[in-house]
Amino acid sequence: MHVINLAAESANPLIPHTAELIVGAVAFTLLFLVLRSKVVPMFEKAFTARTEAIQGGIERAEKAQLEAQRALAQYNEQLSKAREESQTMREEARTQGVAIIEELRAKAQEEAARITASAHASIEAERQQAITSLRNEVGTIAVELASKIVGEALDDQARQSRVVDRFLDDLEKSK
Amino acid sequence: MPLVHLLRTGEGFVPPSTNDFNLPPVIAGNEYTTKPILLVFLSVIMISVFFILASRKAAIVPSKLQFAGESIYGFVRNDLARDNIGHDFMRFVPYLFTLFTFILTNNIFGIVPLLQFPAMSHVSFPYVLAIFTFITFHYIGIRKQGIRKYMKDIMFMPGVPKAAYILLTPLELATFFIVRPLTLSLRLFANMFAGHLLLLVFILGGDHLLKGVIGLKLISPFAFAFGIGLTFFEFMVQCLQAYIFTLLTALYIAGALADEH
Repeated sequence: MHVINLAAESANPLIPHTAELIVGAVAFTLLFLVLRSKVVPMFEKAFTARTEAIQGGIERAEKAQLEAQRALAQYNEQLSKAREESQTMREEARTQGVAIIEELRAKAQEEAARITASAHASIEAERQQAITSLRNEVGTIAVELASKIVGEALDDQARQSRVVDRFLDDLEKSK
Repeated sequence: MPLVHLLRTGEGFVPPSTNDFNLPPVIAGNEYTTKPILLVFLSVIMISVFFILASRKAAIVPSKLQFAGESIYGFVRNDLARDNIGHDFMRFVPYLFTLFTFILTNNIFGIVPLLQFPAMSHVSFPYVLAIFTFITFHYIGIRKQGIRKYMKDIMFMPGVPKAAYILLTPLELATFFIVRPLTLSLRLFANMFAGHLLLLVFILGGDHLLKGVIGLKLISPFAFAFGIGLTFFEFMVQCLQAYIFTLLTALYIAGALADEH
């Protein structure tokens, strides 16, 4: 009897209780309002801040990298410029050196030529002088010698000179 | 008469029934002080306190507490709301977040020692939640597209031969206005109800076997072990049901926002 009653009393679990419906709606709404006003904005704030922090970090890093790349390019450019400059300077120095050597050489040759020429001239002059004085002296000596041998003074200047010339001509011919 | 006798002497086993879900109010006569109602209020307080504490600082580098709260919030926000609803999802995050935490907490109460009762096994609560979801997705659908276009899209699905409307129109109407809220609430209710009943069977059964003769005493530990194993299984079901309810709500909202169904 009791068991049967129990079965009859057992409520249909699909029928809602009014109290529970009200409590469910109120509790859920309460929770919704609390989460919406207090929790969701705070989490969103944290998310936004974090995203910004990460993005800011990335941007900063990108900027730094760009800066470094620019500096590197600048240095490379400067380096190549310097290299080029040194190359031209070396080239210039070499040509200048060659020119200087050339110039010096020309100068030296000129000097040498000049010295040689003046030496030649002085030698020639001295030779002429020597020839002249020799000729005179030899003439005088020869005439003196001949006059002494012949015993006859050949005072006449013209004859004397003629005799000497003839003598020298003979000498040259016999050579 | 013999049955009554057995019951009174406590020798017969009374299988758990739907009556085990209807506990008397804590304060006699006040139907607002039953266990499920108190648990629902407790859950609201616990969820509020936990998430307010977790989100209070909103730090860029989160504490453990904030990380725990953020993980749950981020899961609902990104995996449920954003991935299903799309660009306009932020409007619905508070609702979906409340749904998920509310259902999850009340479900898990079913296996928390001392509490050990899932409020969602009382059909009233799933009904309330399903009604909220029902109102939400119809309301935003109507507001987005106007009542005429919204109803027309439901009743006369575009891109279908006219003859098919004989079959489709009643089916679609039933889907949108009866099947969706009903399945949403009954799925949650039935899972929690059956899960709790199953745990009762094994634990009360094991208890009863322990009082029996020596042979039955030896079987009793197996019943308890099974009950413990099922508790873990129940935990999985409880999480899964909270997830499904929230996911389906997100999908219904996404459907109402879409231009065509």
